[in-house]
This record gives sequence, structure tokens and C-alpha cells, in this order.
Amino acid sequence: MTYKVTEEHGYAIVHLAGDIDLSCSAEVRRALLERLAAAQSTLVDMSGVSYIDSSGIASLVEAYQTARKKHLEFGLVAVSEPALSVLELARLDKVFPIHASASAVAR
Amino acid sequence: MLPEQPPLLARFEAVAGSLALIRSTVQAAAEARGCNPKCVSDIVMAVNEACMNIIQHAYKGDASGVIELELSSTATELEVVLKDFAPPVDVDDIRPRRLEDLRPGGLGTFFIRQSMDDCTYGNLHGPCGNYLRMKKKIG
Repeated sequence: MTYKVTEEHGYAIVHLAGDIDLSCSAEVRRALLERLAAAQSTLVDMSGVSYIDSSGIASLVEAYQTARKKHLEFGLVAVSEPALSVLELARLDKVFPIHASASAVAR
Repeated sequence: MLPEQPPLLARFEAVAGSLALIRSTVQAAAEARGCNPKCVSDIVMAVNEACMNIIQHAYKGDASGVIELELSSTATELEVVLKDFAPPVDVDDIRPRRLEDLRPGGLGTFFIRQSMDDCTYGNLHGPCGNYLRMKKKIG
């Protein structure tokens, strides 16, 4: 798993790539919570996610709930097909705001 | 018709770093048995989640633990048995949580049951430990 953080349209965008599993989900969690701790509304670019397990999903859920408590925006963008199928299985595709792109959020 | 495959027997260190190898091993074995992509994905998910549970909850992060995996199939069904040698768990405590209860964690058992057609948890007799037998219709 690799990630980088960019800023666009007033959002921190955490770009995730590769497999998100128990070996790296803590790192994902940390990256997301750091952005929220810095009071940045945050989007997660999941276009490069090839696999995500329940620990990766848990990191997204925790970040989502943290953002809500802080009155910050949190959403997923460009969700890959493997990631979307897991979100759908957990019925979280109806919970997370999901967008086609970061620019779609800004409009 | 695909040639008959002998059972796959493998042992892995019960650490998070093993999960990628476990997934690729199971993916290759399922594909060699003629499983379609959705079926392969379901089996890989179930095995990954089950191994995560072994690592986190059975061995409680003890990196010296071992996971044994046995994968076998007939023309119509694929079976995976995972064994650990951690203290016996109370299988009645293994329950999926309600999806409506939005919180981090607790989805692994749900994912396993959604992905596979049959799951049976039990304690090993003889060596101390636990097993999970999962079956999925294929072909």
C-alpha cells in the first residue's frame, strides 16, 4: 500500500493505492485522522485500491465518524471496483458520501 | 474439464504480513480449480478475514503463532479448513454484528458468512486449537 496527500478545492485528498489490509490499515487510519486533526475536510481517492479488507473499512468508518464529530466533510472519490464491492457488501455505499472525482465534490 | 487438483496444504506465520501471500496462494488455487472471478474473490475475502481473526483474536497478536490452511475441491464444491493452535475459543462467541451498528471493526465474521455457503467453527481435539471449515459451491 502506498499513499500520498494532496490538496485540491479546499480538501485534503488522501490517495490510496494497492492492497489495504491488516498489515497497513493502521497507517491508513493514521493518515486520515491526521488530516482531520488538522481540521481539514478530507476526501479519500480510492481509484488505486486493488483490495480492501474489514480492517481497511474500519479505518474509513472511524475517519468518517471523526469527521462528523468535528463537523468536517469526509468522502470517498473514484472508488475502484474491488473496493466498491466490499463497501456494498457492508452496505456502507449508502453511508459514505461517494463521488466520481474531487472536482465533482467542489462543484 | 480441468485436471483434478490435489489438496493444497500450507502453513503460514500468524502475522499481518502473511496475509498478502495467503491471498495470492488461495487465489491461485481457486483459479486452478476453475472458479470464476466472483467465486475466487469471495473465497479470497473469506480466507483473509478468517486469518485476520486468527491473528488478532485467537493468537492476540502473538507472532509465533501458525495458521494451517487446507484447500480441497470436488467438481462442485471447494472447501477451506483453517486451523490455529491458540487456546480454544468459545465458538458461541463468534457472531457477526448488525450492520446497522455503524462502528469500526466487527465486520470480518459477517464478510465470511456472506462470501461462503457454509461455515463451521470448532475446537481441535488433540492439539490445542481451533478450526474453521468453509465451503463454497463452484462449477
